[in-house]
Amino acid sequence: MSLISTLARLEAVSTGRAQPAATVRHRHLGDRPLVFVPLITAGEAGAPLGALVGTDRDAPRLLAVPQPRDRDLRFAFLAELADIVLPYVDGYAETVEAAERTETDPETGKRVKVEVDLCADAPQLIVPSRAGIDLVRLLGRSMRFRRTAEQDPEAPYPAPPRVPLLGRWLTHFGERARVPGSSLLLAMTDVLGRHWVTGQSTLEDQHLGALLAWIDPPEGVTGAEAALRAELERDEQGQLTCPPAGPATDPAFDNKLLAPAIERYDRARTALAAAEDGLEADDRLGALTAAEREIRDLVLSRTRPTWDAVWRGLDLLRELPEGARVEERWTRDRWSFTGHRDRVLAGEPPQPRRDDAVTAANKLATREREQARLEAQEALDDPLVMAGRRLSGEAFAGEVTDVVMAYSDGKRPSPRPLVTVRTDDRPQLGERTKVYRSLGGKPQSAEFVAAEEDGACVVLRVLDKMGRGKEPEPGSVPEKGDRVCFTLFEHEQRGGAKLPDPEETPWTHGGPPGEAALEAADPVTEEDVL
Amino acid sequence: MTTVFDPSAAAAQATDAILRDTLHGTARGVVVDSPPGAGKSTLVVRAALELAEAGHPLMVVAQTNAQVDDLVLRLAEKNPELPVGRLHSSDADPYDKALDGLENVRKSAKAADLAGLSVVISTAAKWAHVKVDEPWPYAIVDEAYQMRSDALLAVAGLFERALFVGDPGQLDPFAIVGSEQWAGLAYDPSASAVTTLLAHNPELPQHRLPVSWRLPASAAPLVSDAFYPYTPFRSGTGPGDRTLAFAVPSDGSGPDRVIDEAAASGWGLLELPARHTPRTDPEAVRAVATVVRRLLDRAGAATSELPAPSPLTADRIAVGTAHRDQAAAVRAALAGLGVTDVVVDTANRLQGREYDVTVVLHPLSGRPDATAFHLETGRLCVLASRHRHACIVVCRAGVTDLLDDYPSTEPVQLGTVVKFPDGWEANHAVLAHLAEHRVTWRP
Repeated sequence: MSLISTLARLEAVSTGRAQPAATVRHRHLGDRPLVFVPLITAGEAGAPLGALVGTDRDAPRLLAVPQPRDRDLRFAFLAELADIVLPYVDGYAETVEAAERTETDPETGKRVKVEVDLCADAPQLIVPSRAGIDLVRLLGRSMRFRRTAEQDPEAPYPAPPRVPLLGRWLTHFGERARVPGSSLLLAMTDVLGRHWVTGQSTLEDQHLGALLAWIDPPEGVTGAEAALRAELERDEQGQLTCPPAGPATDPAFDNKLLAPAIERYDRARTALAAAEDGLEADDRLGALTAAEREIRDLVLSRTRPTWDAVWRGLDLLRELPEGARVEERWTRDRWSFTGHRDRVLAGEPPQPRRDDAVTAANKLATREREQARLEAQEALDDPLVMAGRRLSGEAFAGEVTDVVMAYSDGKRPSPRPLVTVRTDDRPQLGERTKVYRSLGGKPQSAEFVAAEEDGACVVLRVLDKMGRGKEPEPGSVPEKGDRVCFTLFEHEQRGGAKLPDPEETPWTHGGPPGEAALEAADPVTEEDVL
Repeated sequence: MTTVFDPSAAAAQATDAILRDTLHGTARGVVVDSPPGAGKSTLVVRAALELAEAGHPLMVVAQTNAQVDDLVLRLAEKNPELPVGRLHSSDADPYDKALDGLENVRKSAKAADLAGLSVVISTAAKWAHVKVDEPWPYAIVDEAYQMRSDALLAVAGLFERALFVGDPGQLDPFAIVGSEQWAGLAYDPSASAVTTLLAHNPELPQHRLPVSWRLPASAAPLVSDAFYPYTPFRSGTGPGDRTLAFAVPSDGSGPDRVIDEAAASGWGLLELPARHTPRTDPEAVRAVATVVRRLLDRAGAATSELPAPSPLTADRIAVGTAHRDQAAAVRAALAGLGVTDVVVDTANRLQGREYDVTVVLHPLSGRPDATAFHLETGRLCVLASRHRHACIVVCRAGVTDLLDDYPSTEPVQLGTVVKFPDGWEANHAVLAHLAEHRVTWRP
């Protein structure tokens, strides 16, 4: 934890309110995000119990699985989810704008610009917490290899038509969420935690109710009290008044309310199956419908508070102006969305179970580059983030007190002015350490020459972005009295080396992956059939 | 009959076997594990020269520019006639200026300019941008345990067979983003190059250098037991072969007492009162600086197997820390005491370097918690194995209790190779040994 966030945390404790960690919003928020508040069943990995989903805060769609262990009901849930998510995703696939991309020409091997479509906007999925992102990934994995009756008429348990496609999209959202700074799939607790620092631990910040209680406590209550109440307060039935944001549910809810309701549902279903005539069946169908409604009401009662909390979080975040470089990162998300749209349209197979060596290395390289980019961009966009970097000696700000013109040696001397900056910061500068400042959005580099007056003044030699002439272009060199801010970290990231194609994986990494052998499904065991 | 251990003979035998496998073996790769100061660089230089003499064009992959420059200088020293290419980046000042004085070394940012030279040396990062039609028949990969698997993936297409040399006990490579997604896969891109190589090619011959020439007889047993419990090594020198003497007597202060203890026994622990502190603990930083200042003031002389005793000068002393801000704080404190030419750096950057005396700020000193970063075995191993004569550790009291309060809690990943010993155990082993050389001091 950085020094500035420790200070903010201490301040939050003493004031009883979360402290801002940012002055601008560092993540993109779309106009019409799709909020997804899922619940799962205890005891079985990835068995959905229900969800609230939708783009309209006043009209969420409620999905529920009255018997979560029933595979048919589970498929029905997933099919219904696909009917909501896929039209939403498709809505962004059609509006495109022309863009340029550099590609390697397969014939000449040269890098050429090609005109391609770029989706003008992209869908955005918002889940309450980090565990929700894991569930999105898990659902994606469980669905994308399913075969529909159309794809494989022989499949014993065919999936409803659009379920495999939903799996591929959820997998894409889940993978993209691993890229630092991406906004296709966001966890509300993570985004709020990026912009506010509370007086509790980061683990406790994973509780959406408690986190919001610190950020925006009710009148007359401190954040700590409100957070404690959000975590612990129970009603007369012993139920949490602020249910966990899921996807896991509270055991008291499972035991006292959910289990008996499912039990009643099972009994009603068995009774219906045993009905002997139409009249009896009608009665029993009524009982079954009532039992099902009861479960739907229970699911709604646990998801609605979280649903409202997510929208409240969105309101809070929208009050912050968007950071200057957020748009650029969102464009990368749009590229990622467009790329997956094209892969789906081209009829490519679903994402493989495991990455091959080259794909894994490429992903890691991309994420490391994005992480470094994100850290630099957040600091450049936001003086409060920059203050944290200044405090840790990775940047310094101050006033220019002197500029002395100097030139490089060589046949054509270029300007290398010496700039003295008076600063209160304590940057970790060593001999010829490179520093950078933002000049019209582009980084200008300089090197450290000397420290004067016991470190209060830093002498720098400006190295570039001064034009080609002997005299620097106007405005390219700081002037006496200017306020400047230099960073020790680079502002832009270089692209890494190109890795071999997967078909040319070298012997050190197991050689080419070869044809993906179609793995047989696991044999059906007794436990699979309930 | 007991045979007397002859370090030179044992080392020569190991080297011969390695060179035999490299030059005449059939395997595509040879892996050499080398403990600290076991002559890894000497081996690399010798293998390079023998391969070049046999007429095999050779590429050498090292991890940092400093390592590359160092190898070029060593090669030129052994054989000034050998045509060597130094492939470098197109940044400003891409290589050590000392290379400009070498006639047979050609430097270029383009691989094509260096075609036909016997040996071409560069960093893994630069090699990754090179494209060839015909791969090199031989390569040497230096510091292969500090190279990431994805870096090897980028360069492995450039050579047909290779000698991989490295120290398994030093710091593992790391990624700045999570990589749990690939944990357990044989080609996990964040794992070390050797881990991936051996996972896919378990039949490759593996060798081990058995003798540390750097570490004194006082340090080799501890480092071997604590960090290499299953692959022990010996020191090349015996007890008493190396001595450290000071012309100026002790003034009785804590720093002077710990210097005398370290001069006599090879280890010294300067223990400050227990306290939770920020990372750049001002008292500990000042204590480190004072120890260095006194080391210089007391006119030390280091006697070793080398012909004449050498004076203990600033360039023979280094300070090691865990974090960069700690290094910066120590540098500032040293500058305040008028010392500017002592190397102060983090464990990552001290890897592969050698000094007569090292002063170490213990990674866990003053901390309220023990994270995986601070417990990493390699970090402590690097810090405790850079010295030829003595190592002085500066630490707050209470680290043993801290270790007991924080057992390892990292999640277990299926399919990953578990490294022994873990940092917790290695830290305890080192602390138990240091406790015998403790000087408590209240600054």
